[in-house]
Parts: sequence; C-alpha cells; structure tokens
Amino acid sequence: MNIYADHAATTAMSEAAIDAMTRCMREEYGNPSSLYKIGQRAKEVLEQAREDVASVIGAEPREVYFTSGGSEADNQAIRSAALAGKKKGKNHIISTAFEHHAVLHTLEQLKAEGFEVTLLDVHENGVVRPEEVEAAIRPETCLVTVMYANNEIGTIQPIREIGAICRARQVLFHTDAVQAAGPLAIDVQAENIDYLSASAHKFHGPKGTGFLYARKGVPLIPLINGGAQEKNRRAGTENLPGIVGMAAALKETVALRDAEAARLTKLRDRLIEGLKEIPHSALNGDAEKRLPGNVSFCFEGIEGESLLLLLDEKGISASSGSACTSGSLDPSHVLLAIGRVHDVAHGSLRLTLGRENTPEDVEYIISAVKNVVSYLRGFSPVWRDLQSGKTPFIL
Amino acid sequence: MALYSEKVMDHFLHPRNVGVIEDADAVGEVGNAKCGDIMKMYLKIKDDIVEDVRFETFGCGSAIASSSMATEMIKGKPLSEVKNLTNKAVTEALDGLPAHKIHCSVLAEEAIHSALDDYYRRRSETEKASD
Ligand SMILES: Cc1ncc(COP(=O)(O)O)c(C=O)c1O
Ligand SMILES: [Zn+2]
Repeated sequence: MNIYADHAATTAMSEAAIDAMTRCMREEYGNPSSLYKIGQRAKEVLEQAREDVASVIGAEPREVYFTSGGSEADNQAIRSAALAGKKKGKNHIISTAFEHHAVLHTLEQLKAEGFEVTLLDVHENGVVRPEEVEAAIRPETCLVTVMYANNEIGTIQPIREIGAICRARQVLFHTDAVQAAGPLAIDVQAENIDYLSASAHKFHGPKGTGFLYARKGVPLIPLINGGAQEKNRRAGTENLPGIVGMAAALKETVALRDAEAARLTKLRDRLIEGLKEIPHSALNGDAEKRLPGNVSFCFEGIEGESLLLLLDEKGISASSGSACTSGSLDPSHVLLAIGRVHDVAHGSLRLTLGRENTPEDVEYIISAVKNVVSYLRGFSPVWRDLQSGKTPFIL
Repeated sequence: MALYSEKVMDHFLHPRNVGVIEDADAVGEVGNAKCGDIMKMYLKIKDDIVEDVRFETFGCGSAIASSSMATEMIKGKPLSEVKNLTNKAVTEALDGLPAHKIHCSVLAEEAIHSALDDYYRRRSETEKASD
C-alpha cells in the first residue's frame, strides 16, 4: 500500500513532462544564446515554452521570466517592487501573516533595510478581506503581496478583488501562485495581477524550475547578474530541459483541470466528512474557498510528527505543521495565524490529494487516520487531562 | 537515510511500558503543550528499587521512543542508579537521534528525575506524619 497524499509539498512528474525533458536533453543540447543552427533551435524551443506558459495565465510571452522556482520568483518580484518604491520615497509593503517563507523572509530582510511591513490578518477562515487591504494602503505603499492559495490550509484568496483595489490605488500587486498555478484558472489581465510566481514541481513538472510573470512596464531587477539571458533580468544559461518539462506539465495540467477539479473536490469533501467524525477535531480554513485537493485538520491531544510516522507505516505520505516536524519550537505560523493555539496546532495533519488519488485511497486514509489518532490518544497525558475534565477541550 | 535509527523506530512503533500505574508511589510530569512534547512517568517503588514503571507521552517519535527506552533502562534498578540516568545514555541506547531531536528526548531524563523528586517529597511527608 502506497498512497501519496502530499501534493502540496511536491508532485510526481508526469510522463508528458519526462518525455519532453528527455527529448530536450537528447536533442536540444545547444545554448539558446548561440547563433548557429543548434543554438537557434534551442532558442526556438525556449520561446515556444514561454508562449505555452504565457497563454495559460493570459500573459504575453515577453512578460514571462524563467526562474529556479517559486522562491526565486517571490524574491525577485518583491525586491524589484520594493526597490522601485524606495526610489520614490515609498517604503511600505502590505502582505499577510500566512505567506510562504519565501515571501515572509524576504519581507523580514526588507524590514531590516528600512521598509515598513503590514501583515494583514487572515482571520479564522484563512481568507484575507479585501476591504482590509484597501484600508491598509497608504500614500507610501509600494507593494501588496498576497498569496493566491495557501500551501498549508489551501484557502483561496480574493485575488481579483485585491487586484482591482491595487490597480485603482496605483499600488503594485504580487501574488505567490505556487499552489494555484495549474489547478486554478488564472487570468493576470482580468485579475489585475502585476507579478505572479509559480513553480513547476507543484504541477507535475520538474523541481528547480519556475517562472515569474511581470507585467510589461513594472520594475524588474535581476537577482543574478551576468549574461543577457531573460532580457537581462536573470543571468545564466537557461535550464532548457526544466523549462520544457514545466511547459509540458502545465499544458497537461490545464487540459485536465476542470475534470480534475471536480473529481478532487468530491474526494476532498468526502475526506473532510470522514475525518470530522473524529471527536475533538477541526478543519483548518474555509471549507469552500479552498484548493480542490487540500484537507487540513487539527486533532486535539496528539502531536503531528508521531501521527505522520504512523501513517507512513501504513503507506500514507502526509505532512503536519507541528513544531517537532519543523525542527523549531513553534508550530506552523499558518495555523497560528488562523488562531489555532499552540496546543492544538501541534496536532495538525495536512493531506493534499492529487492526480493519482482514488476514492479507495480516501476511504483507506479515513480509517487509517481514525485508527492512529485514537491509538496516540490512548497514551497521551494531554488527552487524559482533557477527558477527565482537568483541562477544557478547545476543539 | 531514514529520519530515525532502527532502534528508535522499534521503540516508537512498539513502545514498552506504556500506560498508567493507578497506585503509583511517584509521578513525574514535564514539558508543556506550548513547546510540543509532554511526558508523564509513573513509578512503583519497593525497597528503593523501581519495581514497575509506566509512561504516557504526547509528542514526536523522538519523545515517545526516548520515554520507552528510559523506562526499560530503569525498570528493576535501585534508585541510586536511577537518579544517575542521563539523556546521553538514553540517546546512546537508541543508537543516536538527529541533532534537532535531542531536545525532545531530554524530557525522559527530566520526567524520571521529577518522579524521584515526587517520591522523596512524599516519603519525607509520611515520615513527618509518623513522627
Ligand atoms: C506558496 C508557496 N510559495 C513558494 C514556494 C517555494 O517554491 P519552490 O520550492 O519552487 O522554491 C512553495 C513551495 O513549497 C509554496 O508552497
Ligand atoms: Zn519532539
């Protein structure tokens, strides 16, 4: 038995992506910057991939920059907007408390460099309120950065509304769409997105490859200096096999999107329904405004790492936001941001379903989790105190 | 390489001496839910020897395996030996732990020492009462 239920961490590469990559590695070894035919053919392959990626999000090919992944794209977008803002005396950035560390740590660094950062509340349901974005904008605000969908609890943000507000107030708007690009339909024009980050390994493409969409005319500075690749915005010979694999994976994901979204939503809701039967448990984040495959729960009285290890023994790969899985003393900042207290956040479980998962998988997961939770509660001193009434239940 | 050694996984998957001693002579509880691991040790002591020991743990693989190993190491041992139990010895008996997991295993040593404190406190109280 082997059930991979951690698609938010990464996904298995699709056959289409593997085929595209191996063909590229065998046949297109040229350097896209070389003028002879082998180089120019590689250049054509590169630009075809750019067109494919751009068309998926309603962008122009020249607005797509290939990067080493989501983290790099986040860093580059945020730094570019911040630096341009600083030149105009604007040093305020708005973001949210539950962004990925690629965003939060970049903002931390900018804070040390003199920027002021407002992290918006994401409330109990894990959804930012557009009116709070609007209210936080000041004359000196140079950037709003809000993720498209959260990686831990899967909640989808009101990106279109936020985009409209930013456009009206003439503030640059970036969204980390690493979890959303692929599974969700995105239109950077209609949604008024200025920058968008995406990563291939989340949609069955290769690791270490991603892209940044930057609307034409927005500030964009290179993080890596050197050659003139990517219109001087990202030096270094292009990772052509990775880029080609990403484009193939993205095209396939988009072709399957509507059917997969419907199928996964059903599986997700069945999984949520099944896990809700566990007493003193709770779903994390909004039940409806969430990614089709995301299920995130907290179980009172148990700790997440031991839960994961026991599920692994039963053939289920999942993840948790407990402190002991992160190697720090604090549980996930995402769970804390939606108001889960430490005691409860330690007992979190994230199951993210994807292309290979079946209804049988879901039934197996439900019974395995029920089993393991009750086993761990059986010798948990915390559970004992809750049951005896010594401490009150939170969930 | 796996996160944990085979020994750790063995103790984690098949923890020894799990449970409660209702009429324990000593109970030690350490850790808190805020930091993520809580351990509770129950001892039955006769003639200064640990006759029986049980534990309950809320925590990660490292915490559960260390509790289990520590109970094996003190069962049947005189208190003079038990009080010298160290986290290092527990960790070594488990064939090591990842560096960032040591802090969870320290609780086993602390829980046992806390139980011993409880034992001596109770004993001095009964001695006083019988004075
Ligand atoms: C929301 C989000 N942003 C950024 C990243 C980083 O992407 P990458 O691993 O491609 O750098 C991830 C992936 O873990 C993510 O989930
Ligand atoms: Zn731990």
